[in-house]
Amino acid sequence: MNLLAQLEPAPVVVPGIEWSYLWPLIVLSIGAVLLITITSLVPATRRQGFPAAFTAATAIIAFAFLPWMSNRLDDIGGRVLVVDGAMAVDGFTIFVTGVICIAVLLVALLLDDYLRREGLDGPEWYVLMLLSASGGVLLASAEDLILTFVGLEILSIAVYVLAALHLRRSESQEAGFKYFVLGALSSAIFLYGIAMVYGATGSTSLTGINEAIMSVNDAGLSPLRESSMILLGMALLLVGFGFKVSAVPFHVWTPDVYQGAPTPVVAFMASAVKVAGFAGMVRVFVVGFGDLGDDWRPLLAAMAIFTLLVGAFLAVVQTNIKRTLAYSSITHAGFLLVGVHAAGSDSVSTSLLGSKAVLFYMISYTVMIVGTFGVITVVGGRGDGNHTLDAYRGLSRRQPLLAALMAVLLLAQAGIPFTSGFFAKFRVIAAAAEGGQYGLAAAAMVAAVIAAYLYLRVIVAMYLADDVPVTGAASADHADDDHAGGDVAVPAAGAATGSEIRVPPSVLVALVLAVAATLVLGIVPGVIDGALSDGATALSLLRP
Amino acid sequence: MEVTDTWYLVLSALLFTIGAVGLLVRRNPLVMFMCVELMLNAVNITFVAFANALDDLAGQTAVFFVLVVAAAEVVVGLSIVVALMRRRPNATADDIAELRG
Repeated sequence: MNLLAQLEPAPVVVPGIEWSYLWPLIVLSIGAVLLITITSLVPATRRQGFPAAFTAATAIIAFAFLPWMSNRLDDIGGRVLVVDGAMAVDGFTIFVTGVICIAVLLVALLLDDYLRREGLDGPEWYVLMLLSASGGVLLASAEDLILTFVGLEILSIAVYVLAALHLRRSESQEAGFKYFVLGALSSAIFLYGIAMVYGATGSTSLTGINEAIMSVNDAGLSPLRESSMILLGMALLLVGFGFKVSAVPFHVWTPDVYQGAPTPVVAFMASAVKVAGFAGMVRVFVVGFGDLGDDWRPLLAAMAIFTLLVGAFLAVVQTNIKRTLAYSSITHAGFLLVGVHAAGSDSVSTSLLGSKAVLFYMISYTVMIVGTFGVITVVGGRGDGNHTLDAYRGLSRRQPLLAALMAVLLLAQAGIPFTSGFFAKFRVIAAAAEGGQYGLAAAAMVAAVIAAYLYLRVIVAMYLADDVPVTGAASADHADDDHAGGDVAVPAAGAATGSEIRVPPSVLVALVLAVAATLVLGIVPGVIDGALSDGATALSLLRP
Repeated sequence: MEVTDTWYLVLSALLFTIGAVGLLVRRNPLVMFMCVELMLNAVNITFVAFANALDDLAGQTAVFFVLVVAAAEVVVGLSIVVALMRRRPNATADDIAELRG
């Protein structure tokens, strides 16, 4: 007994959580749990319609907290550390959360009809999507590398399942398996990078890492700046993020997975997952390793140039629209990398421009890519297999509205003025030029020109080509299309009849929203300036 | 001869490499899985070795998070492999190649 009395426990210090700043995260994750509970207890709610409406409502509620949080943050200096300093809530978190919520809302609208058409049942799709979105929010706000890793895994694991969830298509399972194996490999590499950085700096928190890097010893030197261990750790982290955002040379999974996975899931992967990956990358590299910019920025610049050019060149030779857009999304990742490169600059003005460019690219890219994959979902038809470029021939005569919406979205991806894509690309290139990176800016412009060809090719097919696929090399424009043989099982003749294409109201709503957002951001890009500068200043506040 | 922290770091680097190489050269989906687990656990050894060297508990805490994540990953990965195998028994990673272009 005496011994026990001596072992009086020390008072346990409970870290502050600050729940009120975590509302969007709580709403998304509790929403997922509630949805699976309700649909399990009340079988009537399993029928299509309810899960989609519930998911859309969850995303809207999570979004609705953001202006309120932003106002509260303004009163206390724009930034607050929650959960004992492991998460940061600031303008950047709020912006990325908003983008993820928009992606969830739009994809939920696409999924509803897709599941009906494919005869797939179940709220699991929505539950996994909400969980994945909550992981994305966590990743965007993590101030500690361990939490970054947990967020990345919550984000990815749910999407591995989603990619494999179309039970009747073996391509879907193949895509899930490939995504899983390469994703797990990249997670392990990422984790090894965290361990190296921890070993070098003795901390996993981004602020702790930054302080360790800046610390000066008695001899007036900062030994960590030269430490090979921290360089190795940084390189491994870059590889891990590179996989997630499909940057060249870590992009090889992207075309296969985009082609095989269910199309609405691809819309989610291309938007929310990529945006969250970039948000994590910006936070870790710009905030955590901001002081080592001279070491990681050249690496990132090389990655950006390869990503831009490889994506653009390989997109042109594809015959499957989902593969084409997979390569085009790689090119978009290259543009975002150029923005991240500028955001990591030592000069405050370049860094601000770069961060703003990245955030603007995130929002405009998200709406246009979800919209584009929305059209592909509809044209894909029952079985989700009608994805040759031939399927788009003469679409304007069969489905004038659908073709018009697709044309706007593709023009936006190409970066035509009066669409958000123009300002997104312009801002990125301007930020690169401001930082004196003319090589990067030139590579971005070349990639934009090459990529424009493939978007225009689809538009030409929709408006100018005959309904019936031309055989042989009769049409020079479409010489590439005719090599499609064996790539996709559905015969092109089925596409030409076009009787199966049906645009359900929920998809139409999503498409109109996406096109409207694309046009509004292209005509009055200033509407989101407030949120952009909040997000960008939040990052620069943290810089030493 | 005294066993220092460096030994553990070398061990974990070796295990990590064995896992990574195994993932790339083995064709059996289940063995590919085991290789992923080997990589994650190699990192755990690194974390513990660094935690010991730095006399800091954070590294050991990280191991718990990694264990949980690894468990979740196994659940998802195995179910994908089961779904795949039901359709195509005895498939190797080379057979799973419908998607190409």
